[in-house]
Amino acid sequence: MEIARHWRLKKQRYGLVGEVCPHCEAKIFPPRDICPSCGQEARDLYQFSGRGEVYSYTTIYQAPSGFDETAPYTVALVKLDEGPIITAQLTDLEDDKVEIGMPVEMVTRKLRTDGDERGLLVYGYKFRPFQNIPQKNEALPH
Amino acid sequence: MATTNPKSSPTLLQPINPVGIVGYGAYVPRYRLPAREVARIWTGGKGSTPIKEKAVPGLDEDVITMSIEAARNALLRSQIDPCDIRAVWVGSESHPYAVKPTSTVVAESIGAVPNTQAADWEFACKAGTEAIVAAVGFVGSGMAKYALAIGMDTAQGKPGNALEYTAGAGGAAFLLGPAGESLAIINASYSYVTDTPDFWRRPEAKYPEHGERFTGEPAYFHHITEAGQALMQSMNTKPQDYKYAVFHQPNTKFPQRVAKMLGFEFEQIEPGLLVSVIGNTYAGAALIGLSAILDIAKPGDRILMVSFGSGAGSDAFDILVTEAVSDRQNRALKTKDYIARRTEIDYATYVRYRGKLASK
Ligand SMILES: [Zn+2]
Repeated sequence: MEIARHWRLKKQRYGLVGEVCPHCEAKIFPPRDICPSCGQEARDLYQFSGRGEVYSYTTIYQAPSGFDETAPYTVALVKLDEGPIITAQLTDLEDDKVEIGMPVEMVTRKLRTDGDERGLLVYGYKFRPFQNIPQKNEALPH
Repeated sequence: MATTNPKSSPTLLQPINPVGIVGYGAYVPRYRLPAREVARIWTGGKGSTPIKEKAVPGLDEDVITMSIEAARNALLRSQIDPCDIRAVWVGSESHPYAVKPTSTVVAESIGAVPNTQAADWEFACKAGTEAIVAAVGFVGSGMAKYALAIGMDTAQGKPGNALEYTAGAGGAAFLLGPAGESLAIINASYSYVTDTPDFWRRPEAKYPEHGERFTGEPAYFHHITEAGQALMQSMNTKPQDYKYAVFHQPNTKFPQRVAKMLGFEFEQIEPGLLVSVIGNTYAGAALIGLSAILDIAKPGDRILMVSFGSGAGSDAFDILVTEAVSDRQNRALKTKDYIARRTEIDYATYVRYRGKLASK
């Protein structure tokens, strides 16, 4: 059981909330209170846009315990538009072939169950292929 | 059978301060189970099917994750600061926890915590519209500037049961706020409720039961027509005054028949009639129909929405679209974009996705 850790990480996990450095404006994720660019203190919260691209990826067939229910799944290094590279699962892939450089967007999904079916459900960010917002008004096809 | 207290006359629900929809957002998961797949397994492919196909959530989706995405779409359209939201209310029959609110996870995810009400609503398929009525009151009384009401479900039908063809997944979120900032004003609502044993699920049961002879006339048709007629009578309106109408849609036949009973033409309900391509989304059904209508509505259009929840009751709404709708329609994915995003699955994949496989 890691309930305290899940609770502490909820803001960054649900909504991709990191930090911005007040000295050099670097965007920081995950939040670590010290800017990795200039080494000074950075505690201002920053809401990431959720947009990014696939930097690298691999498909997991032998999943660690807790993730086996959703195997096989694809894990990617995602380069966020704001700079940081983070590790996350890709989701809603089915027909879309994953490619390096593929634009993706953050969604909040169920990551796993903490323990058995009696345990806490753990939610957090994943990335899916970017869904363009079409700019046309059309009636639904029937 | 439902009876009406002769002393009670229909009374409209109207807040002191006018209230409207400042943002809305739909969500439908991308997987589709064609009804012919269900028929292939259970009837040898013979017989007619009640809909074309239904939406099925992925392995990492549930009412919490689906509500978060719909809420984010509502926020994109409204462009308000989520800190100003004073209530996050989620209506569903399929909350992931028996005890632990869906709404707190949604509120946390969209940045509405900690200065907010949060609660899960339960009234079968009208839990979402019940939350909207409460949100109108909360905003209209002046207690809150904005309140978020969501209807979302991942419905389940017993394998082989008629409901398995239609029990779908999806819903919509509505952000209520001052009428002056709204893309659609809620002119009034009216609710009609009785104790009717048409459909239920006990806490320990995985799948629902229905009281066969109560499901049609005394439940769905009675409550929707009573609520719809009372609202139009009090508002002094006729079906022709509404550009669109949307009703709870458990299958394709019921909403078409109830529309006819109330005097509406098929053209008025067609844009909001989604059940044939996403299934019955329960607490989300009338609301996602409304979101599809708002996606194409023009300023000045009037909309009648009547939900239905088993047990039983209906909420009827008279909605007037404002000038603000045109700008906001394009700020987020539309209902039809989610419906067009489609991956067909077979029955075996469906069984895995819906957790119908027992491995211990
Ligand atoms: Zn710095």
